[in-house]
Order: sequence, then C-alpha cells, then structure tokens
Amino acid sequence: MRIAVLSGKGGTGKTLVSVNLAAEAKTSSYIDCDVEEPNGHLFFKPDDVQEEEISVRIPRVDDKLCNGCRKCVDFCKFNALAYIKEKLIIFGEVCHSCGGCVILCPEKALIEKEKVIGKVQKGISDQVMVYTGILNTGEASGIPIIKKLLAENKRDSNKLTFIDCPPGSACIVMESIKDADYCILVAEPTLFGVHNLNMVYELVKLFNKPLGVVLNKCLEGENPAEKFCLERNIKILGRIPFDNELGMLNSNAEIAARESKKYNALFSSLLETVKKEVQHETTTNP
Amino acid sequence: MKQLLILSGKGGTGKTTIASAFIKLSNARAYADCDVDAPNLHLITGQSSEPKKTDYYGLPKAEINPELCIQCDQCRQNCRFDAISVEKTYKADPFACEGCGVCEAVCPVAAISLQPAIAGELTLYSNVEKVFSTAQLKMGSGTSGKLVAEVKKQMKLAAVDVELAIIDGSPGIGCPVIASLSGVDMVLIVAEPSISGISDMERIIKTAEKFGIKIAICVNKFDTNLVNTEKIEFFCKGQELPFVGKVPFDSDAVKAINNGKTIVDINCASGIAVKEIYNKVMKLLFGGEA
Repeated sequence: MRIAVLSGKGGTGKTLVSVNLAAEAKTSSYIDCDVEEPNGHLFFKPDDVQEEEISVRIPRVDDKLCNGCRKCVDFCKFNALAYIKEKLIIFGEVCHSCGGCVILCPEKALIEKEKVIGKVQKGISDQVMVYTGILNTGEASGIPIIKKLLAENKRDSNKLTFIDCPPGSACIVMESIKDADYCILVAEPTLFGVHNLNMVYELVKLFNKPLGVVLNKCLEGENPAEKFCLERNIKILGRIPFDNELGMLNSNAEIAARESKKYNALFSSLLETVKKEVQHETTTNP
Repeated sequence: MKQLLILSGKGGTGKTTIASAFIKLSNARAYADCDVDAPNLHLITGQSSEPKKTDYYGLPKAEINPELCIQCDQCRQNCRFDAISVEKTYKADPFACEGCGVCEAVCPVAAISLQPAIAGELTLYSNVEKVFSTAQLKMGSGTSGKLVAEVKKQMKLAAVDVELAIIDGSPGIGCPVIASLSGVDMVLIVAEPSISGISDMERIIKTAEKFGIKIAICVNKFDTNLVNTEKIEFFCKGQELPFVGKVPFDSDAVKAINNGKTIVDINCASGIAVKEIYNKVMKLLFGGEA
C-alpha cells in the first residue's frame, strides 16, 4: 500500500506528516522523493546506509568519425548539440538523455557515456526502511532518481509505504504520485496555503486518486483550508495544532511521534484514520 | 536594471512574504513570480491593470495514428521516458512524453507526429507605473525551466528604464531555480532555523555559487529556534557570506497575508525587521558594503 503525501506549497508539513506516520506504523517504508531538498533522513538518521549512484546517459562524439552532417543538431529538441567551427559541441546540462542523436547519426560517431546526477540511499531506522534520493547541486532534473527510488521500494516490499513528495504541481510531483494508492494533502490555514491546496487537489483528481486532507498549523478561529475542504466535501483526516512543542521538536529534526506522548497519540490516531480510509477506498474502488 | 532574486531551497520559509514586502518598500516598477508551479505573489500585490494572457507552449507531444501504426514496437522500445504503452493500440502518454521526437524518427511508417501542446499560461500586468510578470504551469507539466525563462523575458521586455526588478523564486534547487538564476545580479536566501532549513540552505547556496551570483542570507521566524539561528549566522561568517538580518515569528504577518496585505502595509514586528533587511540588501545590490 503506497500513500503519497503532497501539498503544492512548500513548508506546510509534508515531511512532518510522512515521517511521523511512517514512524508510527512501525514496520513501514518511507521514501523521500523531494530529491532537490531531501530532509526525511535528517529525522530518521538511518543506520546501515547503502548508497548507489544514479546516472543518466549523455552523448559523446568521436571527432574522427563525425562528418558534420548536422543531423543530430537538427534533431535535438533541447538544443543540446551545436556544430561550431567544424566541431560538434555537446551541452550535457540541457541534454534529456533521449538517445535520439545516437540513433540518427549515420556515421556512428556518437556514443553515450554515463554521467552521475545524484544518488539513492537506503537505510533503517527502528523498523522503518528509509529511502532517500539526493540530486547533485547544479543538476536540473531529479526524475531519474525518483524513478529509481520507487522501483527499488517496489522490489523490496509491499508493506505500508509513505512517499514524501516535492512541493509544486509539475512533472516531478506527478512522477511521485503516479503509483500511489492514496494521497494525503497537507494544508496550512493561509491564503497561499489554500491557493496551492486547490492546485494539488486538481492534480490528484486528474489522476483519479482517492485523497484526504490533513490540516496542519491549526489555530483558533476560522481556517480557510478547512472551509475549502468542507465546501468540496473533501475528507479531513486529522488536525495538527500550531504548537511550540511540536515546532521545537520538528525544527530540531526529532520525530515527534517517538519523542512525545501527546504526538504519539495524535499520529497514532491519524494513522488509524488513514488506514481505514485506504482500506475503504481500495474495497469500494479496487 | 538590477535584478534581485529571492530563493530559499526549502519551501514555506517566507520567500513570497519577503518579496512582496520588498516590492512595496522599493515601490518596484518591475517584479515577477518565477514559482510557476505554485505562484502566489499575485494574491498579495494588488494589480492595477488588466492582464495580458498568453498561452505557453512547451515542447510538442507525440501522437500515434492507430490507422497507420503497424505495431512494430520500435517506438516503445526506443522511448526513454516510458511514455508509450500498448493495449489494443499504441498510445503515447502526454504526461510522460518529453517531446524528444525519437518515436517519430524511428517509426517506419510515419504514424507518429509531434503535436503542439499548451503547457501553461503567461500573465503580464503592465502600465506606465508597473510591470508584473507571472505564469502558471499546467498541472503535471515539465519544462518549467523554460516557462521561468519566459516570465523573466516578458518582464524585461515590458520594463524599460527600470532600476530594480524583484523576482520571487521557487523552492528546490532544480530546473526552475536554475532558470531563475540566469542573469540576476543578486540572490537573497530566506533561511529557516530548523535542521531541515539549514540543510536546504546549504544546498541552495552551493547551487547559486555555481552560477557565480552574489548571495545574501536572512533568517525568517528566527525566534522559533535560537540555537539553529545561531548556527546559520555562524555558518555565514565561516563562508564569508553577508548575513543581512533576522525576522521574528509574527502572527500579525499571517493575518496581513490572509487579508491580501504585505507585512509592511501594517505596523508589525516582522515588517520592521524586513525594512532593515531591505536597506542592507539595497546597499549590497547597488554598491557599497552593508
């Protein structure tokens, strides 16, 4: 069972929710798909970490074989190749590794070489398997890393898995939720929070995924995110209060469900609700 | 035109809150929202002119004509993005397709063509006083970096004889952030005093440094964790990066934003702190030391 946690806006509490639910579930997996800024491992501090480098394929030219026909240059939609001063130049940073230039070259002057763009790590924290993807700084796309993380976890287990998604609503988020059975949207009670909640709500609906909302940073008084959910009949899975104790634990990268009785109870009840919802959704809409 | 870009690495540290305050304080005549994935700046800047909207075309998407397709499977085997699937007929998934054109090139019967696809919408508010450029990426789309470049281009074309442009960036360190960094004069990083915030700050600093851009750092909600705030100040000293100030956690700030106001529109502690930061940043940007 795979549960994706997402939010649109950054800093609403995706990592807080996914880390604590995974910790509460005891035997579970946690996958950090926010490969640009991964933080879950800072909380779990996993042991026995195994690491694997992730590469993409970038073309390289053999100048002796290139006859300057420019077929590759004309083909490349990403402008990653140019023929300047009778020499083929390759811009690896903008290459999407589609392999088209290699297929098209009539002289077989192009071959592909691996280029490392980041890594995946796998470790254990109590009984939680912690998967982390880390994109190298300066690299544009972490999608190959996310694909690897999700495939790796699929091979390992079918236990309860929490996927911590990147912010936003672009391709990288879509990749992270593609195989999820259920989506948890984390919302904060601000104007920005609701605007971005609406965006990911539309995204999740587009993919026909069942979903529920966790309201984070709840204060007394009106909550615009709650209002949004009530108006659209969206299931509210739970509420996390705006609270200094939780803020302090979280900002020190401690797992509240493991450190505090109060939050152990809160996340344990949230986990039960989520499990029930997922069960319900998978039996009614298999 | 000097361009100031506001970034953070981690999301939700206060980029848009600080950008909107800077826009107000400088009475900026040009500003842009480069967080095309989740744009919010328009919610708080109060536009005074009618927007001009333009469709943004990303790369075209593959379409397979089932009448011409001979099911040779060449397209599926050569697609690196797992965008082609086969049930009864061959289909290209528009979300997975990156528009590289390999399938079109390898198809022996010309059954595949690349069709233009709208990947978002650009919006420009422009009158004699102000230029505000923003965009919204279509859900699930790629090529957000290209759209970010378009947002900045649109702003630059419309803003003539403008001294200062303020650009609100996106979280992360990947393609939209890299696109937003190109051509800017300075980056203000809004950090958050948490272990996560510090880790993310270090990664965005590394990214910005790769492009050789001047950096300044401030801390938002500094009083939520004084120990971590000190760590950030210490880090900046060690790296010889200008530390330009700290903003307290302020429930009035949330109230202002929820009412569509910037934090310098009302009298509040965070607004006062941001003013000081603003003055230091302007000194750094326009010369002299802060």
